[in-house]
Amino acid sequence: MFVSKGRLSAGIAGAAIAAGVAFAPAAASAEGTVNIYSYRQPDLIKPLLDAFTAETGIETQVLFLDSGIDERIAAEGSNSPADLIFTVDIGRLQGAKDAGVTQPVENAAINDNIPPQYRDSEGHWFGLTTRGRVVYASRDRVEQDTITYEELADPKWKGRICIRSGQHVYNIALFASMVAHHGADYAETWLTGLKENLARKPDGNDRAQAKAIHAGECDLGLGNTYYVGLMQNNEKEPEQKEWAASMKVLFPNSGDRGTHVNVSGMALAKHAPNRENAVKLMEFLASAEGQEIYAERVYEYPIGPGTQPSDTVKAFGEMKPDTLPLEDIAANRKTASELVDKVGFDAGPSS
Amino acid sequence: MTARALPGKDGGAPPVRTVAPGRNYGALAPALVAAAIALLPIAVVVGIALSGDGSDWPHLVRNVLPQATGATLLLLVLVAAGTASIGVTSAWMVVAYDFPFRKVLAWVLVLPLAVPPYLAAYAFAEFLHFSGPVQSTFRALTGHVSPRDYWFPEIRSTYGAAIVLSMVLYPYVYLTSRVVFIMQGRHIGDAARTLGAAPLKVLWAVLLPVARPAIVAGVALVLMETLNDIGASKYLGVPTLTYSVYTTWLNRGSLEGAAQIAVLMLIIVFAVLMMEKWARRQQRFHVGRGSQMNARPPRVKLTGARAALATLATTAPVVCGFGIPLYVFGDYASRRLYQLTEPDLLDALFNSVVVAASAAIITVFVALLLIHAARLDKSRPVAAVTRLAMIGYALPGTVLGLGLLFTLAFIDNSIDAWMRDMFGVSTGLIFTGSAAAVVLVCSIRFLALAEGAVRGGIEKLPPHIDEAARSLGRSPTRSATSVLLPLLRPAVFTAAVLVFVDTVKELSATILLRPFGFNTLATSVFEDASRGVPEDGAMAALAIIATAIIPVVLLSGALTRDRDANL
Repeated sequence: MFVSKGRLSAGIAGAAIAAGVAFAPAAASAEGTVNIYSYRQPDLIKPLLDAFTAETGIETQVLFLDSGIDERIAAEGSNSPADLIFTVDIGRLQGAKDAGVTQPVENAAINDNIPPQYRDSEGHWFGLTTRGRVVYASRDRVEQDTITYEELADPKWKGRICIRSGQHVYNIALFASMVAHHGADYAETWLTGLKENLARKPDGNDRAQAKAIHAGECDLGLGNTYYVGLMQNNEKEPEQKEWAASMKVLFPNSGDRGTHVNVSGMALAKHAPNRENAVKLMEFLASAEGQEIYAERVYEYPIGPGTQPSDTVKAFGEMKPDTLPLEDIAANRKTASELVDKVGFDAGPSS
Repeated sequence: MTARALPGKDGGAPPVRTVAPGRNYGALAPALVAAAIALLPIAVVVGIALSGDGSDWPHLVRNVLPQATGATLLLLVLVAAGTASIGVTSAWMVVAYDFPFRKVLAWVLVLPLAVPPYLAAYAFAEFLHFSGPVQSTFRALTGHVSPRDYWFPEIRSTYGAAIVLSMVLYPYVYLTSRVVFIMQGRHIGDAARTLGAAPLKVLWAVLLPVARPAIVAGVALVLMETLNDIGASKYLGVPTLTYSVYTTWLNRGSLEGAAQIAVLMLIIVFAVLMMEKWARRQQRFHVGRGSQMNARPPRVKLTGARAALATLATTAPVVCGFGIPLYVFGDYASRRLYQLTEPDLLDALFNSVVVAASAAIITVFVALLLIHAARLDKSRPVAAVTRLAMIGYALPGTVLGLGLLFTLAFIDNSIDAWMRDMFGVSTGLIFTGSAAAVVLVCSIRFLALAEGAVRGGIEKLPPHIDEAARSLGRSPTRSATSVLLPLLRPAVFTAAVLVFVDTVKELSATILLRPFGFNTLATSVFEDASRGVPEDGAMAALAIIATAIIPVVLLSGALTRDRDANL
């Protein structure tokens, strides 16, 4: 007999024991630990956390999620092991506050290191680094060295622009900033114009846009600044260095309001069991040292007074960030997302 | 007990149909409990949907659902057509004809099952990209230089997604229809042949109608996988209903609206399930495994060009569904051999295997319980509950994961509060904070796979085989375990393998529910892919494929042995 009842039960018991041994939940609130729920990949924040552990002896644990951090903390309630939330994108930081899963932090050391425009006015979240949403332009096929976001809807670019999905958080934040600056009607017309200028249906990630420029599929691409650094220094796939070399970084609107920037940031979880250690980590991350380690690893811009980006990032050129408060961008995300659907952005150009 | 199990006074009424007072609560209760557990997270999702005020719908109806429904339906139709034609044709070829490499192809055809759709989508897009091998060769041959010089089909489209999904999902149809062709090939196929019908005519006129329930069962699984897919359709830019579930939740901050779309999808699935049931109800056919079946089915030997064509036609699906992903990830992995010895990879491999094995055992056990209950008690409520327990398969993994997260967290916090009140001890999060949640969500998600496979096995058996045992005084449960279970061995094994493989590939629910420091192969691939460097996850991607291949190969071997032993 293949599966006798006894052997089946034994099998289940065995699997349960194996599962129990393998999956014994980590002691979440042990002394000297900070538990981080993160939308940022562990690989990116590891150097930073290692530096913190080396300095303080406090261990860190990272749980990487793709979505649902707010829902998970809310469901876990007062038993939640989460101390800190790590994320990119203002929408997610503000979303965590709106979901009621954060708590305010009033800390002079942190506030001194993070300018007010990059943190929540009530102390629920703090930006740590910024990244510009810039234009990648072909060195061979694009002459101009300045550009504006508004100009991307100009018919002269017809069939020449590449971009990832309009519903991606990076694009939603950029479109939300257009809504905040110009109103929903203008943003809708602009989005339609941009859509008609696309060389192909929106797809891939930001790096894929650089690849497409290198391949000659398009002349302009929208992407974040740090991908340029990642491609320039990619030793494992040296082909990507060629993609980066075939394009130049244009900082849109340098002549007026400045380039749209988004943040990576942190928030203290509402029921943080290791609150004291978590605040220590927040202080470390906000410090000039923490910001520079972080920014260096991810090719982003540190935001504290007196901090410097890495040499790779400096070489992109001077970035003048748009001073629009991030809260205004967060407030217009829903409108931006609806407009993307409304103009059929992700369906690509109509002809 | 013995007396109750005996046939009625007249001795003729089949005891299986006995309802109360002979209702067997001992067998029913565990089945109903299991079904209730599987249904809880789905009920939570429905609850979330009902709690919404519907304010998302003006936008959804005007700007989202028309395109999303259209794209989803088109994708479903194309994938159904694709998997049915590839699966049935290749199954028929390897059963009815003899041609070079037939024996190898018969089991190799199952391999694409090991490739997760999200990895296949990435591999196809890379392979067919401007700078990939196909277009580079094309340019070298034609002398073109720029992508604007020539037209090339766009893989990032609904049609492209349909091709990718068909190439990795057709094995479901191949598996279900091959079994029927093998088992039926002798009986009615022979009858048709003695009347002078050619093999192709036998297929069209006799075997296809007989195999229809099996084909539909396979296609139903394919359609549910297609419907719940987010990785491949998102990567290939298909605005499906599942994609709009995510944008409604994440970009417009409405979990309620997202749940409402998901529930709408469940209704579609329920229709599909009903369709499948209807299709199965059309015919009842059972195979007597008589001695004449020990002879091999006669295969028509193909020669020359026709043999080459047959080999080519059955090789093509394997090359596309398995070869292309292997080529793309193998290339990246070859530059990252050092990852092979990294503890992270071994750790993830161990977790994947343990979770998948646990889920497979639990799921098969529950599927047997449910089917046993449904056989014992033919009342409508029992049938409805056991059917409903399957629909978790059609929900996007994240949505089912959220449903389970809320359920488990509620249970955990209730136990904790009660323990605090009674004993002053905090138990914390027992389920939510452990990998038990991951095993549970995969078990719920893939119950439909196990149930389908086991039910398919039962339907191939003579209907009253266990009643013989019962007429001799065995209880229903004992006759099921001592008579039915051994005969169901191949079906149980198939069910376990399907669940194991799908659990190894599972990503979206696992990533939401896992505890600290718990990586599976799928989550580690995703960490790299989401950083924009899927190439760094190539080794883990290959490990997923390798882990899934082993049981798939065993399964193929077992099915072949089963045929040799019985036909």
